[in-house]
Amino acid sequence: MRNALGSAQSVLVLGGTSDIGLAIARQLRDRGARRIVLAGRDPAALERSADGLRRAGTEVTVGSFDADAVEGHQEALAKLFAGCDVDVVVAAWGVLGDQSAAEADAALAVAVARTNYLGAVSALTICTNLLRAQGHGAVVVLSSVAGERVRRSNYVYGSTKAGLDGFCQGLAAALVGSGVSLVVVRPGFVATKMTAGMKEVPFSTTPEAVAEATVAGLTAGRSVVWVPGPLRLVMAVLRHVPTPLFRRLPL
Amino acid sequence: MAERQLLTGWGRTAPTAADVVQVRTDDDVAEALKAPPARGVLARGLARAYGDAAQNAGGQVLDMVGLDRVHRLDLERGIAVVDAGVSLDDLLRTVVPLGWFIAVSPGTRYVTVGGAIASNVHGKNHHGDGSFCRHVRSFDLRLPGGEVRSVTPEHDPEVFWATAGGLGLTGVVTSATLQLLPIETSWMRVDTERTHDLEDCMARMEAGDDGYRYSVAWVDCLARGATMGRSVLTRGDHAVVDDLPDEKQLGARRYGPRPLVSAPPWVPTRALNRLSVAAFNETWYRRAPRHEVGGIESIATFFHPLDMVREWSRIYGRRGFLQYQFEVPFGAERTVQTAVERLSSRGCPSFLAVLKRFGPLEDDYLSFPQPGWTLTLDIPAAMAGLDELLDQLDELVLAAGGRLYLAKDSRLRAQHVPVMYPRLDAWREVRDRLDPDRHLISDLARRLDLLG
Repeated sequence: MRNALGSAQSVLVLGGTSDIGLAIARQLRDRGARRIVLAGRDPAALERSADGLRRAGTEVTVGSFDADAVEGHQEALAKLFAGCDVDVVVAAWGVLGDQSAAEADAALAVAVARTNYLGAVSALTICTNLLRAQGHGAVVVLSSVAGERVRRSNYVYGSTKAGLDGFCQGLAAALVGSGVSLVVVRPGFVATKMTAGMKEVPFSTTPEAVAEATVAGLTAGRSVVWVPGPLRLVMAVLRHVPTPLFRRLPL
Repeated sequence: MAERQLLTGWGRTAPTAADVVQVRTDDDVAEALKAPPARGVLARGLARAYGDAAQNAGGQVLDMVGLDRVHRLDLERGIAVVDAGVSLDDLLRTVVPLGWFIAVSPGTRYVTVGGAIASNVHGKNHHGDGSFCRHVRSFDLRLPGGEVRSVTPEHDPEVFWATAGGLGLTGVVTSATLQLLPIETSWMRVDTERTHDLEDCMARMEAGDDGYRYSVAWVDCLARGATMGRSVLTRGDHAVVDDLPDEKQLGARRYGPRPLVSAPPWVPTRALNRLSVAAFNETWYRRAPRHEVGGIESIATFFHPLDMVREWSRIYGRRGFLQYQFEVPFGAERTVQTAVERLSSRGCPSFLAVLKRFGPLEDDYLSFPQPGWTLTLDIPAAMAGLDELLDQLDELVLAAGGRLYLAKDSRLRAQHVPVMYPRLDAWREVRDRLDPDRHLISDLARRLDLLG
């Protein structure tokens, strides 16, 4: 159960090797989580992540979850939910894809959409239904500012986040009154292994900063968290920039 | 019929959804307990527990407030046989004009008899009269499966005392027989003193509490420096007719308290801050007489001042609040001092904290009171750094051999519970005999791992 001050006891990270997912898990661990499950595709990498997370008083285990294997989601997630209530689900998986390759090869573009969007539609539907049955719980979904207004330079990735973000806003509205809440996190550029080698842009941030803002947002019961906070204002402006001008911006 | 509803405690934190069943009769309870759903079942009264004691996420919650008949009043011996959903408010309205009072009154009269048993509530008279359940002669306990037991402390002490303060986890109390207290009037004769700091206050309480049935001190946790812990000590007894001025002697047992105002439905989260609360505490301290003997107050003013504001919990805004109540044994006065110092130095925006002395232990397992001092304060959940501050206070309390009040808790760490409540394992044994399949469960029990 989560307590009155937002501390969670049991956490499930889908995409358990994600830098941001792990940073959120670390924050929740330090605030009293006693059981953390890291779920993903690569058992060896998950074990390494779990080792880094273990502390006295917190049991960290690994489980299996493949965002692309939507047919297997029901069974895989039911297994991850078995035996113990889940207080917080962190949906942290995602791929960036290679934009220029995806522009040339439709299959590559579809692969990004499958992981980031289709996989999330499936897994979040199943997770929130499991949480509804529990009568409590919170879901953290990692969206991105890239979905707020999709840009030329990464429109494949950006569009999957736009779709995910929209799906989550509707889902959050549907969850009102169910005891389950959903937080959409919209970070700017985050320096992680997913973005390694890319050039940093203004309003870049770190997994730790995203985690801190996310946990604060969870505690305060917010539905959207921007990291860093001022991005909300920046994007409020960018969203309304006329298209001819927007296309010329060096974004 | 069950209806899915979002429930919170009085502190309005940590909402969870449950299937709520409106109970009207004993048969409704029996029916619900015959085959509870997978996530279990729990009785809920007037929802005055601050945290999650009366919530059962994903399971069934029996709303007991409709089970509200007064079955029998014995006006010779002061015995009342009532349904568990009867509120202390209803009971007082019935018995006070007839010359009787409830033996123990908590700080609000809007609690049910069942809830008062499940939390084994205490009042300002604990130092002499003990907790609520000491004055319960018997109760009917409905168990999962449908069996009902009539439980008395003489014939079934284990079940009786495991249920007293058992947080609703040993069965559903459906009715109870209560011993009432005879009174001559519906007024209180009250002595009030202002004390200039906490030490002074505690010394006066130790020296003089035994001369009064009721005693409580209100402490200003925001006062700093030399006046840190300044308090107003109020102590009193039920007034007899001769205590009253002439105009009050006629109809001396008249009783009909009404809430004066309602809290507004929406209040900004930060409305209660260090400044606004400090201003309130200052006014309140200055308003109290420096020393007054024999003041006459109504029952409502003396026992239930907050009940005058309907839905007062809303003043804490959307984020809600929590009530932190701890107890430390006599001899650990220093711990109370340190706690007040920490709260005061952090500028914790807490309205008057309540300080009280507890009397002897009873035969119970999870009831809160043990001989010593108890301090209670309300804190907005949105206060920055509150979790660390309270975690530190927990450590202080633990080190002094003290404990927190589980019925009010909303944030304690589970590993502290067996240390604070050494009879937890013994309670679990009795509980498991009554409910071997563990159908009775609450959010509090899940969060603190009470069932083991």
